[in-house]
This record gives sequence, structure tokens and C-alpha cells, in this order.
Amino acid sequence: MSTRLPTGGRLIDRTAKIAFTFNGKRLQGHPGDTLASALLASGQTILGRSFKYHRPRGVVASGAEEPNALVNLGRGPTHEPNQRATVTELFDGLTATSQNHWPSLEWDIGEVNAALARFLPAGFYYKTFIHPRPFWKHVFEPFIRQSAGLGKAPDPKHQDPDRYEHFYAHTDVVIAGGGIAGLQAALEAGRAGATVILCEQTAHWGGRAPVDGVEIDGQPAEDWINDTVQALEGMENVHLRLRTMVAGVYDHGYVIAYERVTDHAPDPDAPRHRLWRIRAGRIIAATGALERPLSFPGNDKPRVMLASAMRDYLVNWGVSPGDRTVVVTNNDDAYRTALAIKAAGLDVPCIVDARETADGPLVQEARARGIRVLTGMGIANVKGLRGVVAVQLGRQAGEGTVVEDVVCDAVAMSGGWSPVVHLWSHCGGKLSWDAAGAFFRPDPDRPPTNQHGEGFVVCAGAADGALHASETLENASTTARKTLASIGKLAPDAAVSKATAAAEAPLAPVWIMPQGAGPKKRAKMWLDFQNDVKVSDVQLAAREGYESVEHTKRYTTLGMATDQGKLSNINGLAVLADALGEDIPRVGTTTFRPPYTPISMGAIAGEARGAIFQPLRRTPIHGWHEANGAHWEPVGHWRRPYCFPRKGESHRDAVNREITATRTSLGLLDASTLGKIVVKGPDAGRFLDMLYTNMMSTLKPGKCRYGLMCSENGFLMDDGVVARLDEDTFLCHTTTGGADRIHAHMEDWLQTEWWDWKVYTANVTEQWAQIAVVGPKARAVLDKLGADIDLSDAALPFMAWAEGRIGGIDARVFRISFSGELSFEVAVPASLGRAFWDKLLEAGAEFGATPYGTEALHVMRAEKGFIMIGDETDGTVIPQDLGLDWAISKKKDDYLGKRAQERAHMTDPARWKLVGLETLDGSVLPDGSYALAEGVNENGQGNTQGRVTSTYYSPTLGRGIAMGLVLNGPDRMGEVITFNTTKKTVKGEAPKTVQARIVSPVFYDPEGEKQNV
Amino acid sequence: MSDQAVSALPGAEATGLVTVREMGLQGMVTLRADLSAAARAVQRVTGAAMPGVRRIEAGKGCSVAWMSPDELLILCDRAGADRMVFDLTEALTGQHHVAVNVSDARAMFALEGAPGGLRDVLSKVTPADMGALVPGEMRRTRLAQVPAAIWFEAEGAARVICFRSVARYVFDVLAMSARPGGAVDYH
Repeated sequence: MSTRLPTGGRLIDRTAKIAFTFNGKRLQGHPGDTLASALLASGQTILGRSFKYHRPRGVVASGAEEPNALVNLGRGPTHEPNQRATVTELFDGLTATSQNHWPSLEWDIGEVNAALARFLPAGFYYKTFIHPRPFWKHVFEPFIRQSAGLGKAPDPKHQDPDRYEHFYAHTDVVIAGGGIAGLQAALEAGRAGATVILCEQTAHWGGRAPVDGVEIDGQPAEDWINDTVQALEGMENVHLRLRTMVAGVYDHGYVIAYERVTDHAPDPDAPRHRLWRIRAGRIIAATGALERPLSFPGNDKPRVMLASAMRDYLVNWGVSPGDRTVVVTNNDDAYRTALAIKAAGLDVPCIVDARETADGPLVQEARARGIRVLTGMGIANVKGLRGVVAVQLGRQAGEGTVVEDVVCDAVAMSGGWSPVVHLWSHCGGKLSWDAAGAFFRPDPDRPPTNQHGEGFVVCAGAADGALHASETLENASTTARKTLASIGKLAPDAAVSKATAAAEAPLAPVWIMPQGAGPKKRAKMWLDFQNDVKVSDVQLAAREGYESVEHTKRYTTLGMATDQGKLSNINGLAVLADALGEDIPRVGTTTFRPPYTPISMGAIAGEARGAIFQPLRRTPIHGWHEANGAHWEPVGHWRRPYCFPRKGESHRDAVNREITATRTSLGLLDASTLGKIVVKGPDAGRFLDMLYTNMMSTLKPGKCRYGLMCSENGFLMDDGVVARLDEDTFLCHTTTGGADRIHAHMEDWLQTEWWDWKVYTANVTEQWAQIAVVGPKARAVLDKLGADIDLSDAALPFMAWAEGRIGGIDARVFRISFSGELSFEVAVPASLGRAFWDKLLEAGAEFGATPYGTEALHVMRAEKGFIMIGDETDGTVIPQDLGLDWAISKKKDDYLGKRAQERAHMTDPARWKLVGLETLDGSVLPDGSYALAEGVNENGQGNTQGRVTSTYYSPTLGRGIAMGLVLNGPDRMGEVITFNTTKKTVKGEAPKTVQARIVSPVFYDPEGEKQNV
Repeated sequence: MSDQAVSALPGAEATGLVTVREMGLQGMVTLRADLSAAARAVQRVTGAAMPGVRRIEAGKGCSVAWMSPDELLILCDRAGADRMVFDLTEALTGQHHVAVNVSDARAMFALEGAPGGLRDVLSKVTPADMGALVPGEMRRTRLAQVPAAIWFEAEGAARVICFRSVARYVFDVLAMSARPGGAVDYH
């Protein structure tokens, strides 16, 4: 059993206890515990089941690299799967459950997969679940869905109650990692006067040094760490951040760091996570190194742990994973674990060292403490079903014949260390193989480069391959100084503290233990614990022709789990290299990609959720719409009223009522969202002549003209009314969605093509609230409000505008109509928009003034045969298709789109053209439906001869009306054509269709008498 | 007339790490012109020297901010904005330019609090370097998902301008950034 030791634990506070639950069991830990240390202290060594074979798994590491100890954290709305117990700080009330087991953690039915392991090799799914086809959906997929996956997905009914945020920072240097190398680098950068952000992913400064017994300047490392942190805290230009992981490095010195603000102490007020978005001149990755497992049979069993992790649990948290621990290693560092176990008063029956000789100072010390050291040996088998009861030893050079059984209850393994080069690699830094240390290290000649072609990331300390404490500080200091100099920050000379630790003899690379193990044993050697990838799988991939490490990764899933192969990467590619008969550096590594460890979706979303998920644009009259039950329609980021249903009224009834009221008396529309762009200058007329298809320069001040705007390719992109304000100044109205786009379009042409034309534009869309006052009583209501403008037809005819005061409010009145009725669009300053609206409602009460929404607007314009950008146009339609030739100037030499419209395809008489459509039965044609034609095309699909672009029920006409583009449409007036529908077809019967007659698109008041009164 | 005029979020205020307050109606005029040629006219009308890149210059009862190589924003009394447009147009007679009243197209907020905390609150939603923004400089940037301009009237007193239609969004975003419990202690 793992247990808490009576003394020790530098990070825990033994005087206090905190309660938590695991699988419903109430347990206790101390402040300073991680969930992993507290579970081990409580004797809980099985924490989950593996992904594929459902093998029992326990803690293997003590930090971010942990592949096994993943749990579901929290419950209900705070439930979160796949959380690493090793980096989860314990807090009072923490709730965790284990993952990937059924029915229970201790007894799992999926374990049968393990018995079938020899039938589930690499690529099994690819090979097996192909035929017969229908089996995939009904047999294989449900089976795989049931058995695969790790954590439980959060219940979609729940909403995450926490909040998240971003934080932008700009700094000279980001230092990732607060171990002794990171602290030393920060010291140099701080002294050089650089602005520094130092991030440490755990809750403590100093990294491994205190656990490994490092001394600095003759004192325990902890003293130096405390002094250095204190010195850094005193520097104004240095910012220290605990619980903050540098997740990724991107181009241009962009760094993402992930701060877990309240994971360790839930606080409803504070953001749970904060995503730091940093612009840094240089990045110093002092990210340390990770210990590698050894690949021996049974190395995945609970209580087989990394030697360094076991040391951490002993020293940091006072937890012993077992009473009798066998240490298995290929290096001297693991002897520190044996010595730490001994020092804690526990047994180390033997140290199994794969090297033929071992004589370093640490080895000698172990021998002096009476620990049996077996050299040239390896573990040939681990006995025990849900833990370790004994290991069987054999010669490392042999095939695994057992020469000795050693009774034990835990195994500490060490296969050497790999520098954490992730941040170096994110932007393309290259690696070189260090044969002596058997690891990849950053190649200083091939760094990731920034926008100036300079290397902008460096690795310092162990991350640079300076693994031994005696080199670490010196390396960090030198690297930091060089990097700072490259951005013009010179650190004053200062003595670098001297770190010392017991010397270590070289390791011997060991990738398979025992090296000659047969297939049966190799199928029990785990490389990737989380994804259940074994030595045998990688070797199989190599045999099947997978030579690239990237392909092997995908075929076997090696390194593709949530831990991204932190433990398995180097071992896996060494095994692959061996199987291919290649050198390790020739095989290379897979690509390291951000984030370093998974970050929460909440942190990525930041503040963007709930009411501020997206900006919602509101007109000055929005509040009235809201208070009066508007049914909304999103239009860009605006929300416009679709209709204003009264109590008990359907949307369709509301729309019909609004139309009838407008056509018979008075309707009001909030048209504030329409784009309004002022175009001014001596060349303004010439400019607008280029932008619009028709002639704008001839427009007289005081008049309005409807215009079409096309893209260079001739396609219709926007339309609207242009008013000439004075000789030099025009006001261009755009569609709601077009305001920003058309303004940018204008600036684009003015700045890049016609930069010498004297034209300025200003987007004044939001300066004005605009209200359309529409219907036979429109003039009456404005007169009633009291206008100092003569609104009579003689003084202000159709397509004229005037300026003055109405109801005491400064206003511009445009006599334009999108409904076919007498209509005044009145623009008032936005701050008075609501006041003017209220006045209109009050004065209009006697006329039954009826606010109407976008749907009534659409129906009324369709009744008049007016086109709508986005309905009649879709980016492939030119004005000529819509019968708008009258709005295309023949007199102008040029306008945007003119030449494109002369291309053969554009002048093809077979282009579908706009017509009106009336169903014979009066029904409403389905939106988007196609007009059917004889025969089939080359794909066997029925031919078509047109399509519906707008279709509505017209309450004015009491029937369905539609517009559509039809082949030779305008020449076929009166002809009846057939449209398809989506109505359900009865088996054996022909698909349901609707018949419609081709008519003029102007259904209502074709003479325009109603608007000219 | 003016008593009926309302700003985007009259009286809106939120208190947390800093105070966020909608400032009511504010006069604003956009002037686009050749700035070097317009400098004398601008000085005559506003009393302010032509601002350098990203600078704000104080004038007589108004201030003039640099917006782009050919655009200024003049902040003045709301009631005087139309007059400002008129005066600028007159002073620039014969010179190509456009001057328009954009007072109602915008909303303006005051953020007040400790200088460091204030920069922290803004840094949660703008990618611009708040540490480098000094009083007298205006930064056109974005706040979360919308465009905005930010400047400091004094240490501890920031001003934010955004479009009127997104005033509620910007207020909510700033209030969220200022929510207690979210102190960063960076600046």
C-alpha cells in the first residue's frame, strides 16, 4: 500500500487537513497536496483504466507529463474530464471520479480487451472494420464508441458557471519555467533592465533542485531559490507568475500562457483561467527535462513509477508509494531515488542497473548504505494483477530468462532524461541528437526565427541539455546574457552562483529491456501508456512499411493522446529506428505543437460568452422594439424587428396586419441600420460615376437617385439611394449589411487606384436615426408634428430631399419609397431618434400608426417588384439579369463592372432573367425551389430552367407572389412552368410540384400612382 | 431640443476594480484633409496645434486627436459641434476637406481607478500595449470584438470611444473586465 510517511513533505502543511472525495469515497489530504499525492497517501494506487485494453493504471509521474492519472473533476456544471491528478492542487470539497471503467474501477468488464490484446494490434481498426460496409454503422461504431474515449463529456444541459478572461501583455522577455535555470535567467534579464514575465506552471518556484539535493553556493538549493525570488520580486521590471504555463510560441514572438487562477481555490468572483496573450521580443524556455520510462514487460502496472516522481512524492509530499521498492535504471540519477527511499526508512531490495558497470559517487553511496546493486540486469517481468507483488530479473543482454525473483510492492524506473524542447520547436527550431546523453537538444545553429530573421527562442538550463545541476545555472546565465544582448539589453557582470550535486557517470541507452526479449514480452512493454501503444505495435508498423515517424505515430496512435507523448516520444522513435535499422537522428521526432498541455476551452473563449458572446448592435430605437415585443431578425450584428406580434397573434398575422395598416393608412419603420456614407470633394461626382452603374454626377443638389454598385467582375454587390447634399457632397445610402463593406470598398479604390482624386469619405451611418414614415397618411402625420419644410408634392416631389425641423427636431427628409406608398424617410440625429419615434407614434395614433418590421418591408418591396440584395442577388447575378438595364448608364465610358458585363458569358441571352411568378392555385412557392425542364443533365439530374429568389404571401393581393430568375423569362409572359417542392412524396407517385405563371414582377400599383401623391 | 437628446446608455455605471461610467453626450467632429495644409485653419478654429501621430492636443474648450494621416477627431461641447463643423468648413474654404458632426455616432466612457489597475482592466480586452500608452496619446484599437479609441486624460483616468450601436456591449465588456476578483497586478 502507498501511504503517508510520519514525517517529511516539504510542500504540505501537516497541521491542517482538507476533505475531498474520489469515486464517492471521502478522503483527506493536507494543504499543499496534489490530488495524486493525496490519493497515494490514502492508499489509492489504481486511478483509472487505460484507453484500449482497460488495464488498471496508477500514477506514473508527478507533473504535467502524467499519462495515466486522469480523472473527472467536479460534477454537474463544473464537471471536467481528463484532468491530470498530478497537477491538480487539492482543495476542500474537491470531487473526483475515475475514468474509462465499467462497471467499477476495481473490476472492469473492458479488461477482456486486454485478454484479446493479441487480436488488437496497431492498425487493427483500419484493417478490421472495413467490410461488410453496413456493419460499420450498426456493429463496429457503437462498439467502439462504447469502449473508446477517456473522460465523460460534460452534460450539454449544464452551463459552465465559471468565468474566463484574456490578458494582453507586451514584454522584452518571456521566461518559461521557474526552476533554478529560469530564476537565473530572470535575474540576468532583470539586471539588464529588460521587462520580463517569468511563468511557472506549478505553484512553487525552484523546480526539481530542492528534491534532488542540489546545493547552491554551499547552501541547500531552497535558500538560493527563496533569495532569488525575493530579489526578483524587488525588481519593478520583472513580473512573476505562478500556476501559469507557457502553452505555445507563435510567429512574431507571440506567446500564449495559460494561468489557472482559481483551480486550486475556487472563488466565484475571480476568473477561473486567464489566457495570457503576450508579445515578446525573446522567449527563454527554461522548461527543464522529463524522465523517460524503461520499456520492460509489465511497466504499465500500478505502482511502477518514474524514479524522479517517486522521489518527488517522498520529499515534497511525504508519501511512500511502497514499502519495498526495486529501482531499475540505466543511469546514476535514479540512485538518488534509492537513497531517498532508504532515508525515509523504507526498503530498497535491489537496484537493477542495465549498465555492465556502475561506479559513480551515487552508486558508491548506495552500496555504502547496504543497497544491493545488480549491474547488467533488467526486469524481465512484473508480477501482480492490479499492482506489483514481485519483479523477475534477467540479464539485460539476454532474452529475458528469469534468474531471480525479487519480492517488492513498487518499482521506480529511469530510462534517462529528455530536455523539454517543445517551445523551441513550436516555431520551427531544429534539434540535434546528443549521443552521450541519448536525447535531442536544441541545435543552436538552427533556431526558430522571427520577422527579422533572428532566432527568438532559446532554451536554458536542462531544456538546453545542461541536465546536471553543476552546468544548469552557468548555462542559464550564459544563454540569457547572449539572448538579452541580441535585443540590446546588456546585463552587468555579476558572479553566477555555483550549483553542486553528486557527479554522475554516463548512462547507457536502453530502449528495450531485456534487449533480446521475444514477441510475447515485447507485447507487454508499454511505450504510450495513455493510448496503449506497445513496443510490439511500433515494430509491427515498421514491418508493415511505415518508415516515417509521423506515419507510424498516426498508424499506432503513439503520442496522440492528451499527454502528446511526453513520456513515449523518444522511446517510441528509438524503437522505430531500431526496427528500421536506422540511426535515431535519421528517423527524427514528430512535430511538437502547441499547447504544451491541454488548455481549457473556456480560457480560449475568454470573456466572450453570454450577453457578450458577440457584439449586438442596437439602433437608438432598439429599446422601444424590445419593450414592444419585437420578434427579432439578426441582420449582420444588428438585431432588427422582424415583426411586432400582438398578444395571441402569429408572426404571419402580425406581418399581414402591419402591411395592411401601412398600405391603407400609416406605417413606421426603423431604418436606422441603413448605411450612410458622405462622399465629398471636387472629384466626388466622377468617383460615384465609377462606383455606380448609373450616372450620379448629373444629379442636382436636393435630389435623390437610386443606384447600383457592382464588383469589378460585374456582379451586383449593393444598391441604395444617393442624395446630393451640395455641389461637392453626396450622401450614399447602402444596405444594412453593406455599410462597412461599401465604405471599405470606396476607401480601397481611393487609396490604391484613384489616390490623386480629390475625394474624402466619412461613414456617418450611426450619426443618424432614420425612420421611414410610410402610407397614405405619411404627409399628414409629419404636417401634424409641425414641419418648417414644405412637404407638398409640388415642393418636395418623389426622389427629392429637404432639410429643416419637424416636431422641433433637426431633420433631413428624403422623399423615397421602398414600399410603393407615399413615403418620407426622415433622418434625425441618433440622440433624438427615440424622441422622434415617440412623437410619430403619438401624432400618428389617430391614423393607427403601425410600426412594421423587416418582413413587412420585404413583402411590400416584393409586391412592387423591387429587388433585394442578398435575395435576388447571390454574387453571381448582374444588373442585366434583373431587368435593371434602365439603371445602367450607356453614356459613361466606364464604371466598375462595365467591362466584365461585356464578357460573352455575361451577355449570353440564355442567362436566367428576373420575372414575377404567380402560382395557379394561389399558394406561396417554396423558397429556393427550381423550375423544372425537360430531360436530365450529364449527372442524371433533372434539368432546370429557373429558380425562385423571393417568395411571400401578399396580404394586399390575397395570394402568394414570387420573383425568380427564369430562362428567357421576360419573353415568356403568361407561360406556366412547374416548380419542385420539398413536400413528402407518396411511394409510387410522382414528386409533388407547383405550377406558376410567368408575370411582371410588379404586382402592385404598376403605374406608381400611390407613391406620387 | 437638447433636453430630449439622450446618449447611448444614460447614467450607466459599474464599480469594481475601476469605475466604468458612460459620459453622456459628447461633441465630436471628424475632419479629413491634408493635415499639414489644414494646420493653420485648425489652429484658428480650435486653438490647438496640429497633433503628431497618435497625439491629442488641447485647444480652446476642445481637443484635437490624430486619427490617421488625413483624419482628425475634434472633441468639443455637444452643443458646439455643428458650429465647429461650420467654422472648420469656412476656415478651409478653397481647400479640399470634409468636416462632419459625428457626435451621435459614438459613445464615450470614463474609466477611473488606480493607474495600474486601470491599465490591467483595459489589457483584458485590447491588444494594444497599455503600458506604453501615456497621457496625450490616443490609441485606435479594438475592445474585445469592436473598434474603439482609448486615451488617458491623466494617470488613473482613461477615456474610451466606441460606436453608439455597440455601447451596451462595450460597457458590459468593460464592466466584466473590472469585476472584483479579477485583479492581475501586472501594470
